[in-house]
Amino acid sequence: MNVHMKSVGAARYVGERTPRKEYGRLLTGRGQFTDDVRVPGMLHVAFVRSAVARGRILGIDTAAARDMPGVQAVYTQADLAAVPVTFQTFFFTPAEAPVTLLADGRVACVGDPVAMVIAESRAQAEDAAALVEVAIEEETPVVTIADARTGPLVHPDRDDNIAAEMGDEDSREAVQPLLDGAAHVVTMRVRHQRIAQSPMETRACLASPEGENEMTVWLGCQSPHLAARYIAQVMGLPQEAIRVIAKDVGGGFGLKNIPWKEEMAVIAAAKLLRRPVKWIEDRFEALTASSHAREQDVTLTVGFDGDARLQAAWCDYACNNGAWPMGEDANVAVHMFMWPCYKMPAYGFVTRGWYTNTMGLGAYRGPWAMESLVRETLLDKAARRIGIDPVELRRRNLLYLTDQPHTSTLGVPVEDITPGECLEKLVANVDFAAFRREQAEARKAGRYLGIGVATYVEPTGAAGSMAPMTGETVHLRVEPTGKVVAMLSTHSQGHGTATTMAQVIAEQLGVAYEDVAVYEGDSAIGAFGPGAAGSRQGVIAGGATWRAAQLLSEKVKQVAAHLTNASVEAITIEGGIVHVAGAPEMSRSLREIAEIAYGEPGRLPEGAPTGLEAQYRYQPPPMTMTSAAHCCIVEVDAETGFVKILRWISAEDCGTVINPGVVEGQIAGGLAQAIGQVLLEDMPYDARGNPLAATFKDYLMPTISDVPDFEYLHASTPSQTIGGMRGVGEGGCIIGPPTLVNAIADALSPFGEIEELVLPLTPARILDVIEQRDVSGTRAPAAEAKSAAPIVEEAPLVEAAPVASSSIDGDWAMVLKTPMGPQEMVGHFDTVGATVSGYLEAPEGRQEFSGGTLAGSQLRFEMKVEKPMKITLKYDLLFEGDAVSGKCKMGMFGSAKVTGTRA
Amino acid sequence: MSEHRIELTVNGNRHIARVEARTSLGEFLRDTLGYTGTHLACEHGVCGACTVMVDGDAMRSCLTLAVQADGAAVTTVEGLAQADGTLHPVQQALRDNFGLQCGFCTPGVAITMAAVTRDNEGADSGAMEEGLTQAMSGHICRCTGYQGIRRAIRQLAGVSA
Repeated sequence: MNVHMKSVGAARYVGERTPRKEYGRLLTGRGQFTDDVRVPGMLHVAFVRSAVARGRILGIDTAAARDMPGVQAVYTQADLAAVPVTFQTFFFTPAEAPVTLLADGRVACVGDPVAMVIAESRAQAEDAAALVEVAIEEETPVVTIADARTGPLVHPDRDDNIAAEMGDEDSREAVQPLLDGAAHVVTMRVRHQRIAQSPMETRACLASPEGENEMTVWLGCQSPHLAARYIAQVMGLPQEAIRVIAKDVGGGFGLKNIPWKEEMAVIAAAKLLRRPVKWIEDRFEALTASSHAREQDVTLTVGFDGDARLQAAWCDYACNNGAWPMGEDANVAVHMFMWPCYKMPAYGFVTRGWYTNTMGLGAYRGPWAMESLVRETLLDKAARRIGIDPVELRRRNLLYLTDQPHTSTLGVPVEDITPGECLEKLVANVDFAAFRREQAEARKAGRYLGIGVATYVEPTGAAGSMAPMTGETVHLRVEPTGKVVAMLSTHSQGHGTATTMAQVIAEQLGVAYEDVAVYEGDSAIGAFGPGAAGSRQGVIAGGATWRAAQLLSEKVKQVAAHLTNASVEAITIEGGIVHVAGAPEMSRSLREIAEIAYGEPGRLPEGAPTGLEAQYRYQPPPMTMTSAAHCCIVEVDAETGFVKILRWISAEDCGTVINPGVVEGQIAGGLAQAIGQVLLEDMPYDARGNPLAATFKDYLMPTISDVPDFEYLHASTPSQTIGGMRGVGEGGCIIGPPTLVNAIADALSPFGEIEELVLPLTPARILDVIEQRDVSGTRAPAAEAKSAAPIVEEAPLVEAAPVASSSIDGDWAMVLKTPMGPQEMVGHFDTVGATVSGYLEAPEGRQEFSGGTLAGSQLRFEMKVEKPMKITLKYDLLFEGDAVSGKCKMGMFGSAKVTGTRA
Repeated sequence: MSEHRIELTVNGNRHIARVEARTSLGEFLRDTLGYTGTHLACEHGVCGACTVMVDGDAMRSCLTLAVQADGAAVTTVEGLAQADGTLHPVQQALRDNFGLQCGFCTPGVAITMAAVTRDNEGADSGAMEEGLTQAMSGHICRCTGYQGIRRAIRQLAGVSA
């Protein structure tokens, strides 16, 4: 495709450190964040939240609150039920937990919103909220993943506390013999702490009703288009009823992917009251009652041959989903992206998400990042065990361009990734041998230096396989003034899309960067796009603007050629001036051309549209991969356990770099968050389900003194997209944690291994290794957790009483639990003897199958599908009366549960 | 709630208002006077986003009551640039060095840098860099990893990168 497209205009903007267009307002205090918006008659919300983690609501007394000055309404779920809301996930699939706006008879976590007070000022709302009395019969909460395996049900109507489950114990049978036969077997367990995403601007929502259904919503979000679609869908309103505006948003990091309970409650309250209603979350709520992230317990086992080459791996993954996850999640992406950049012959996994009575799981920059953390830390541990240099171990196993195309064991195809090349670039720029000499000298003096390396690939720019992950649109025009206006589907929470897109437009069109104005941040502008989600805007919107600017350039040239009696090929645009080859006196400004195009249609080529406009929606390849290798050098103080980061070098390949300042800003921000994850941040819960970090004095965010100067090496291998960009938004937060852990583990190696990685690596946990005893007290509770009853696996399918074969004939209402959420479908079966044919029908369409076999009451059949990728689905179903259950093997996705009843 | 009459200037503009004793200076500046450039991000004095100058001293406006600013001259981020739009040197340095992304913490960062550069005027480069870096340890930025802020500090201190 258009990999090496040369610029149309002469001035180079792509690749320049152009100052950002957003700076003008953000540096002078004139941005427009949600709390900066005031609407006449606006009321303010304060939520009353549960102080207990699990229990039945006995009563909510709102009388005293209602009598307080300024109070306009006090709502409980009984009131808000008048505005039906059916929550969905980010993937527009139904939320499986019974999510309601406010607590409906029960509370399921501390911070669960129980009531909302709406008053004339925020202070009045907070005063009154303090007077709402909520009586709750407290029950023993389920707090940890271990609790969830054995404890009572978080949601009483569900069968168990498994929120989501993928993978297949059966695949262990294939992997185990390979592990048994391996020369070296290394296991790494990682217990990742719970993270509070902590954007500096907390969640915020101002809903202003304007008619029967119409409403303008100012919202802290990551895409006004996605938010508007989500709000309309979950409320059953026409899409055009909701306009979402989010001009400036103070960071999102995944938390603001979709509006959740509180934002939707504000919108419902505005609808009920027919008044504008605003809610600005405070930091206590943001830390304890915004959706959280991570909290995983993962064990990876890898077998190597005698030459340290990968043979096989098995992974058991568990993630705390809390009570109200923004989408039940077993995080199958961890497994999909565990090995595509390595030569790994065999891999199997089981992966589960667990409901608990804690705040629900949300997204956080690189939600699948555990794959890099557990894999890369294991590889360094293996290198020490085997006695081989960690760089050499990676060289033997990484994919280089010469190894591609390649398909991972789970079916992820790669054809242009450069993890090996990034590692070589890193090694060429860091003198490892000199460091090892320095390290040896330092150790003699009682100073412990360490170096860590990590490599990875990252899926970016996904489009076309998941409902919200789509292409991007740009509407572009030259105004009659000769200035250029772009209306984009993008959204920036600091990403600088207005800047990078303007750079592309200015270069491709041949105008000054200063003459390009970019509008975004409003669902009325551009077209649907999911905004900042999955490192995609530079890739996809970049391609859209690249092409739209070329289309517009062609239009300008056609008009200019007609006006000057020249050929289109003779026309060039440079610096906003339209030139005719060989006739410098014929040069005209873009403004002159535009004035004619708008105002003097008679002078245009016959049949040409007036004005100067172009529009393009870019649908990129389904996925674009970014690669990187990072290196970090630390010193660990053996007396105190403190870690000082001395140096950090990033060698990344994000294809075409539109603006190095923006790209490096994304990498650096992700790395700072990685440092926070490894060393500082923690949202612990006590045994009664109380979140223990309620302020920034407890939840330790990285400060300027915790983050070193980062060094960057850009590899810039163009991708297959228009413009050749690759995504870079999440990478630092994915590759950063293992890079730092590996450096610390290297520094600690004279003392021993970090046998089990428990994050954050506080000074006390580092002293655990240095002093070879349980200084931190981490191991004591861990031992308790281990003694908990093992997970009760599903009983294997047993032969039920045979049913007459014809009795399965007809329609069955079935649900397949896919990684993106439950998929409802109708299964239709026709039996002839023991052979079964039929179809599965979902709203997206019907798919036929034949050649199924019925043995007793067990039906097996196969079905090939094309989306999200080419896989064969293997169904194995057991019929009992009017019920059907079983599983569907989904290729790389592992197995998914199927349940159903006769329709 | 007890109300008090206060009189102060903000960015040179004179304001007279009645405020509740409990109202923070930050809320007062934003909600009553409309200086929404000042951002409240933690409201417990840790993150620094709400920093304003009160009689020239950088202060957390979330931990300062509006009544405490009675008679004071307050400077917010809106008051840093010159009337003709010329950016204050700290704003220019942040702009030149990609010192911000989402911009939510930026008003406080800029105010603190402005106060520290003024207090250290004439100091040598090393002292200026150290003073600014130490002061920045009282600000939380979730986006940038402080890289651009540190480069801006070096630019302001005249230290080569």
